[in-house]
Amino acid sequence: MRLQISTRLAIFAALELTAQEGRQLSVADIGEKYGVSSHHLAKVMHVMGRAGLVRAVRGAGGGYQFAGNPRRTTLLDIAQLFEELSSAEADSDGADMTPEDQALRQVLNEIDDIARATLGSITIATMHKLVDRSTGKGELAKAATRRKPSRA
Amino acid sequence: MATAAKARATKHESGVRVRRVRAADVAAVIALDAHVTKLSKPDYWNDIFRRYGRQRLHERFFLVAEDVAMRAEPRLLGFIIGEIRAWEFGSTPCGWVFALSVEPEVRLQSVATALFAAMSAEFKRAGITKMRTMVARDARLPMMFFRSEGMMAGPYIQLEKDLD
Repeated sequence: MRLQISTRLAIFAALELTAQEGRQLSVADIGEKYGVSSHHLAKVMHVMGRAGLVRAVRGAGGGYQFAGNPRRTTLLDIAQLFEELSSAEADSDGADMTPEDQALRQVLNEIDDIARATLGSITIATMHKLVDRSTGKGELAKAATRRKPSRA
Repeated sequence: MATAAKARATKHESGVRVRRVRAADVAAVIALDAHVTKLSKPDYWNDIFRRYGRQRLHERFFLVAEDVAMRAEPRLLGFIIGEIRAWEFGSTPCGWVFALSVEPEVRLQSVATALFAAMSAEFKRAGITKMRTMVARDARLPMMFFRSEGMMAGPYIQLEKDLD
């Protein structure tokens, strides 16, 4: 499955904004890290803002803050702002389709359903855990916890 | 085996204690399940308690979480049930979780995390290194929870057929 660039940027922006609680970043800050233009990212942030996922902070040092709950906002919530993720079944009643078309649609719908379920089950908080695991940070944090002297 | 079957209570940092189920917990389990699923199934839960709370305890784990702040009358906050299954679908022995429920008003307070950690520990002590579960695709909350605990899609696909 391929995601559009806007979807990927929106997910990366959500991860950046939720890396610390209350974090505030400008589109330039985020754009610099991912090598994208502020203009493109500003459009993405505008869409996320309309969906209530981020809020703009005005004034000097302004930027964006995450406005959702990272433990409840999923990749699907973000992806469906930029992608057409509804299954073929929802788009047509199938009345004018051949039996071969219908059989193929059934298979493709199964794939779409699984993709939606996967995106809908990974929250931004879970993504942070996956990132930590892939960079080894999760193991480092566990090791640090093990080294801590226990409280009586 | 006797050691593994002993009641082993663990106190989680969230103030939740996880321990083996007791007969006195079954009414609360039935009530919690009825509250969450809107369907009371006392016969089912009594049978589950008989099989998973009393038999083959070295490979069957029916754990409950309770609020340790209420010492006089601890409240049941949730439960998890799992067992070690060997050679099903050609799989080497692994730990299956087939029930998990948490009181809705205490969700997002790490109760399920404490239950999941206790179940993982039981499986590990039994020498198991793989844990599995099955979740309905549209069951968003449990799906998000298991994902947050590091569970990913496994190598099996569940298939079914309508029998006309």
